[in-house]
Amino acid sequence: MKIKQLAKGVALAAGASVISFSVMAADTIKVGVLHSLSGTMAISETTLKDTVLMMVEAQNKKGGLLGKQLEAVVVDPASNWPLFAEKTRELLTKDKVDVIFGCWTSVSRKSVLPVIEELNGLLFYPVQYEGEESSKNVFYTGAAPNQQAIPAVDYLMNDLGVERWVLAGTDYVYPRTTNKILEAYLKAKGVAEADIMINYTPFGHSDWQSIVSEIKKFGSAGKKTAVVSTINGDANVPFYKELGNQGVSSEDIPVVAFSVGEEELSGIDTKPLVGHLAAWNYFQSVETPANAEFITQWKAFTKNPARVTNDPMEATFIGFNMWVNAVKQAGTTSVDAVEQAMIGQTTPNLTGGMAVMNKNHHLSKPVLIGEIQEDGQFEVVWETDGVVPGDAWSDFLPGSKDLISDWTAPVKCGNYNTKTKTCSGQNY
Amino acid sequence: MNLIEKIFSIGREQPGSSTMPFVVILGALCILASAANLLVPVDSPLHVSTYTITLLGKYLCYAMLALAVDIIWGYCGILSLGHGAFFALGGYAMGMYLMRQIGDRGVYGNPELPDFMVFLNWTELPWYWQGMDQFWFAMLMVLLIPGLLAFVFGWLAFRSRVTGVYLSIMTQAMTYALMLAFFRNEMGFGGNNGLTDFKDLMGFDLQSDTTRVVLFLTTALMLGLIFILSKLILRSRFGKVIVAIRDGESRARFIGYHTERYKVWLFVYSAMIAAVAGALYVPQVGIINPGEFSPLNSIEVVVWVAVGGRGTLIGAVIGALLVNYAKTRFTAIMPEGWLFALGALFVLVTLFLPKGLVGLFSRRPGKAKPITAEPAKEERA
Amino acid sequence: MRTLTSLFCCLWLLTTAAVAEPLPGEIEATEITAPVEITTEVLLQQLTEAKLKDTQDILEQLEAKAGEQLLPLFRSLLNGNLYYVKESAQVVIVNDDDSLLDALTGNAMAAVPSSELKKIRVNNTLRSYLRGAIARIQLTATNPERRLQAVRSLLSELDAPTVELIANLRQQETDADVQSIMDLALALDVVRTQTDTASRLSAIQIMQDSLESEVRIVLNQAVTDSDKQVQAAAKKALAAIEQRVEMFAFIDQLFFGLSLGSVLLLAAIGLAITFGVMGVINMAHGEMIMLGAYTTYVVQLLMPELIDYSLWVAIPLAFIVSGSVGMLIQRFVIRYLHGRPLETLLATFGISLVLQQLVRTIFSPLNRQVATPEWMSGSLEINPVLSLTLNRLYILAFALLVFFALQLILKKTNLGLNVRAVSQNRDMAKAMGIRTDWVDALTFGLGSGIAGIAGVALSQLTNVGPNLGQAYIIDSFMVVVFGGVGNLLGTLVAAFSLGIANKFLEPVTGAVLASILVLVFIILFIQKRPKGLFPQKGRAAE
Repeated sequence: MKIKQLAKGVALAAGASVISFSVMAADTIKVGVLHSLSGTMAISETTLKDTVLMMVEAQNKKGGLLGKQLEAVVVDPASNWPLFAEKTRELLTKDKVDVIFGCWTSVSRKSVLPVIEELNGLLFYPVQYEGEESSKNVFYTGAAPNQQAIPAVDYLMNDLGVERWVLAGTDYVYPRTTNKILEAYLKAKGVAEADIMINYTPFGHSDWQSIVSEIKKFGSAGKKTAVVSTINGDANVPFYKELGNQGVSSEDIPVVAFSVGEEELSGIDTKPLVGHLAAWNYFQSVETPANAEFITQWKAFTKNPARVTNDPMEATFIGFNMWVNAVKQAGTTSVDAVEQAMIGQTTPNLTGGMAVMNKNHHLSKPVLIGEIQEDGQFEVVWETDGVVPGDAWSDFLPGSKDLISDWTAPVKCGNYNTKTKTCSGQNY
Repeated sequence: MNLIEKIFSIGREQPGSSTMPFVVILGALCILASAANLLVPVDSPLHVSTYTITLLGKYLCYAMLALAVDIIWGYCGILSLGHGAFFALGGYAMGMYLMRQIGDRGVYGNPELPDFMVFLNWTELPWYWQGMDQFWFAMLMVLLIPGLLAFVFGWLAFRSRVTGVYLSIMTQAMTYALMLAFFRNEMGFGGNNGLTDFKDLMGFDLQSDTTRVVLFLTTALMLGLIFILSKLILRSRFGKVIVAIRDGESRARFIGYHTERYKVWLFVYSAMIAAVAGALYVPQVGIINPGEFSPLNSIEVVVWVAVGGRGTLIGAVIGALLVNYAKTRFTAIMPEGWLFALGALFVLVTLFLPKGLVGLFSRRPGKAKPITAEPAKEERA
Repeated sequence: MRTLTSLFCCLWLLTTAAVAEPLPGEIEATEITAPVEITTEVLLQQLTEAKLKDTQDILEQLEAKAGEQLLPLFRSLLNGNLYYVKESAQVVIVNDDDSLLDALTGNAMAAVPSSELKKIRVNNTLRSYLRGAIARIQLTATNPERRLQAVRSLLSELDAPTVELIANLRQQETDADVQSIMDLALALDVVRTQTDTASRLSAIQIMQDSLESEVRIVLNQAVTDSDKQVQAAAKKALAAIEQRVEMFAFIDQLFFGLSLGSVLLLAAIGLAITFGVMGVINMAHGEMIMLGAYTTYVVQLLMPELIDYSLWVAIPLAFIVSGSVGMLIQRFVIRYLHGRPLETLLATFGISLVLQQLVRTIFSPLNRQVATPEWMSGSLEINPVLSLTLNRLYILAFALLVFFALQLILKKTNLGLNVRAVSQNRDMAKAMGIRTDWVDALTFGLGSGIAGIAGVALSQLTNVGPNLGQAYIIDSFMVVVFGGVGNLLGTLVAAFSLGIANKFLEPVTGAVLASILVLVFIILFIQKRPKGLFPQKGRAAE
C-alpha cells in the first residue's frame, strides 16, 4: 500500500517536471543544459544551470528568437563522467536540442567531446580550463591559461617583485598543464630552476601542515615569494587556514588562485584569505551599469538577495548572448551555419569593453586581478589594458607551440601544425 | 503462472536447468533490440535508438559485474567491496588498447604517444604501454592484470585466514589505494581525465551504429557465456566445496579441503569476469577514469546483488538491470531523491528481503537455496 | 619616502634623547600632539576620501607627524577594523563587540548604525607598509616584549636609516633580550655592508647563535664572499645553524605526525568501540562525525556573539546528537541484524547515504562556515624555526583527553563493566542478568557520541560539508584494524604511528604516494597479522 502511494507520488513528480519543460513543445528552439545537479560538482554547476534558465527566460520575454520561444531542456549528469557522454547523446538524439550549455570539469568536457563531434552538436563551455583543445563543435567562453595564469604571474613579477615561485595545485589535468606552461614561461623570463617549487596534492586534501611549512621555508630565502595556486575546491579552505595559523600573511607570501571566486567564498570563513589574490575575467565588485543590471537580475531570478555572481556565470552570459546573435545573423539554428556566424561575434562584457569570439573558438577578454576582501568580494588591484585573445594552444609547451586553431577557410582546423602544414585527428 | 514466475520457479528446481530459458530470453531480446536499431527506419515507433542500445549495453556490463560479485559473495560468503577495482583495471587495459589505436590521429599528431602524454612533455612511451597496440595482447592483459592482483591479494588474505568484515574492509582499502594511485598523473594513465576520445576498435569505427550494435551483442553473448560457465562451475564438485566453505569454513577445512585454494581460484575467476565487464564497458561509454575505482561504486554493485537476490546468478543479473534502470529514471526525475532511495533500498533489502527480489517469487521456500551466507557465529576479535 | 620618514624619526629621537633621560615612550604625548593636531585631522579626513594608491602617501605623512599616538589607528587599519562615519567623515575604530572608539583620541563613542559606517580599505602593499610602520613606532614602546618584536620584524628590511635608528636606540636599551636582538640586527648590517674583516668576523660570531631566517640569508651570501676569512667563518656558522634548524625541523615533523595521528585517533576511537568492542561494522560512523561538525555549525549560528565559547557548548551537544542518532540506528536497524556483520555493513552504508542526503537537503550541499575561536588561532612560537599551531595543539590534547576519559569509563564505571562483560561473552552476561540489548544500545550510543565529539574537533581543521564523514571512514577502519580490534590502546598506538609515518613519508614521496604507501602497508600487514598490532587474547578472541 505504502509502495503504491510512493509510486503515485513519484509519478506525479515526474509528470510535473515533464510538464514544466514541455509546455511549449509545439515549435520551439531547444536549449540543452548539461550541468551536474547532484554529486560533487553540483555545488558549482547548479549556479550555471540557473544562469542559463535565467537567460532563456529573459530572451523569451524579449520575444524569443527567430519568432520562436526558447525552451530549456535540463538533464542531470550527476558529476559522473561517463554519464555526461550518455546525457549528451540523449539531448542530441532524443530531445534534439539546438545548442548545449554545459560541463565544468575538464574530464566531463573530454567525455562529451567525441559524442558532440559525432552527432555534430554545439557546446558552450563556460569555465576556465587548461587549453590544448579546439573543437569545431565547442565554443570556449572561459579563460585559457594565457588569459588567467600568465597575466597573474606578470602582475606578481612586475608589480610585487616576486622572484621565487611556488606552483601548488591539485593533481589533475588543469593544474598540471597550467603549471607546465607557467614553469616554461618563468624560465623564459630568467627565473632559475631552484626558485620554482612545484607541489601536487590529491583532491580534497585537508592536512596542509607539511606543505605550508615547506612553503614557509622556501619563502624565507630572502627573495619575495608568491604561491600560484591551482588548488581545487574543497582543499582551499584548510590550505588558507593553515597558512594563517602558521603565520604566513598575504604580504609576506601572497597566494594567487585561479579557482577561488565569489561563489566559493560565499560559504566560508574568509578571514584567513583576506589579502590573497585571484585572477579572473570578471568580478562581481566591478562597477559598470551592465554588471549592476546583471546582478539585480540574478538576485531577482534566484529570489535570494545574498546570491553572488562569478566568472563562469559571466562566461555563460557572454556565450548565450553570442549564440543568440549568431542565430539571428544566420537566420537558422543549424549547427554549421551558427558555427560560422559565431566567429567574429562581439558582445559587451559585464566588466566593460567588448568580448570577441576569435577564429579559434576562444574569446578575447580582459583579465583582472583582485584581492580578497572580508566580505567575500574582490578589490580589483590590476587589470590588463585591453582584451587578451584566448590561446587554444600554448606557446610554452613543446608539444603545442607549432599548433594553431583556425576555424575559417581555408585552414578550417582546430590543431593546424604550422610547421608540417597538417591537421591531424579530426572526426569530420 | 505468469512468465516471470515461470522463469524463477524453473531456476529453483535444479541448478543448471534454469540457465537455458534465461539465456534464450536474454539472447532473443538483445537480437530483437539490435535489429530494431539497424533495420527499422528511424521514424518508425518500433525503432530502438542508438542511445538506448548503448544504455542497454552499459546495463549488461553492470550485470556482468554483479554476476562476478554474486559468485564470490552469494556462493562463497566473501563480501568484496573492491570489485570495482578489477572492473576498472579491465577497463583501463581496454582503454590503453583503444588509445594506441588512435595512432597519429590525436590532436598533436604524435604516432606513438597518447595526447595526454604529449602535453605533459613525456618523450617516450612508458614500458607498461608497450604491446598494448596489439589486440590479443591487450585482451590478455584485461584478464591477466586483474587476475594476478586477485591472486596475490586472495592468496595473501585467504592463507592468513582473513575473513568476513576484515576482508571486506581490506578490499575496500585496495580499491581506494588504486583510485588514489590512478588519480596521479605520474602514473601515466591520464590522471583524473582518464582515457577518452577513442576512435576505433579492431579497425571498426566506434561511432558507427553497426559497431555499437556489435559491441552490444558481444556483451550479451559474453554475459550468456559467463552465465552458463559459472553455472557449470558452481554445479561441479568444485562448486559444492565452495558452498560448503560458505556454510562452514572450519568444517570444510577439518574434512580436509584446502579451503584457501578454493577461495583463491574462485576469487581470481570472479575478478576476471569483472575485468571482462570493464573491458566491454569502456568502448561503449567512451571513457575510463579513476572514478570507477571509487569505493562507493563497488558498494553499489553489492546492493544490486542484494536487491536481486544473492546466491542465485539470475538474481544478480536482474538486480543490476533493475537498479540501474531505476537509477536512470530516478536521477532524471528527481536528482536529489536518488540517494535517499538508494540508501533506503540498502536498509530495507537487508532488513526485510534477505533473499532479494528473487526470493519474493520463490514459491517453495523449502527448496530455495539457503541464503544465510554467514555462519551464525562470525569470527570476531 | 620611507627613508625620509625614518630619518625624521631618527632626528627627533636624537633630540629627545639629548634633552631628557627617561624612556622615550613616555615623552611624545606631551610634546607632539599639540602642534600637529590640526594637520593630523586633515590627513585623516583625506584618508577617508583617498584612493588605494594614494593611501600610503597619507599614511606616511601621518606616521611622520604623529608617531605612537597612531598605533591603535594603524593596528585597526591593518586588521580591517577602521571605518569612518559616512556623514561626518569621522574616523572610528570598531571593536569586536561593535563598540566604537574615536581613532585619534581613543575616546568611546555613541553607537552608530552599521549602515552609516564605511570601511577604509587596504591592500597588501598598504598592509606591509603598516606592519613596518607599526614596528618602527614600536621600537620605542615601553614594553620590552613589544620592542623585541619590533626589531625582529624589521630584520628583513634593514635599510640604512633603520639601522641607524636601531644603533641609536641600542645605546639606551636596558632589556637584555632586546639588546641582543638589536646587536643581531646591527651584526647583520655589518656583515652585509662593511668591509673590515675583524668587525665582520665578530658580527658573524654574534649571528651564529640565532635561528632567524635573515641570519641564514646573510650567511648564505657571505659564503661566497671574496674575503676568505669571512667565507670560512660564515661556512662554519651556517653549518652549526643548519644543524640546529634540522633538529627543529625534525621536531616540527614529529608534531605534524602527532597532530595527524590525533585526528585519526579522534575519528577512529568511536569506531574502536562500536566495531572493536561490539563487533558491529558501522559504515555510518563517518556521518556521526559529520553530524557533530554540523552541530558545531548550528551552535555557532545560535550564539554568534560568543564564538569563543561555542565549542564548549558544541562538545556536549554533539555528543548527545550523534549519540542519540547512533542509538536510534542501533534500536531500529542493527539490533535485527545481530550476528550478521556483513548485512550490518550494508544496512549502515545505506543509512550513511540517507544521512548525507538529509544534511544536503537541510543545510545545502555547500560547505558551511565554522569559525575558529580566537584562542585557537595562531601559533605558539618556540623559536624562529619552530612554531606549533594552536588549533592542532589543542586538538592533540583533546584527543588524548577523550581517549583517557573513555578508558576510565570502560574500566571504572558500571556501564564499562557491563560492556566488557557483554563483549567477552554475551550469553553468560545475559545469564548473569545484564540487559544485553540495552548495553548494546548504550555502547553504540557512546561510540557514536564520541564520533560526534570528533566532529567538533574536525570542524576546526577541515571543511564542514556533507562529505566530511566519507573522507575519514576508510582511514578510521584502517586505524582500528591495524591497532587490533577490541583494543583501545592499540587504536591509540596505531593512530599515532600511522600519522607519524605518513608525515615522514610525505616530504620524500609527496602527499598522495604517502597515503597510498601507508594503505598498502596496512593491507600487507593485516594479511600477515590478521589480528592487528595488539591481538585480543583469550577465549573471547575466537
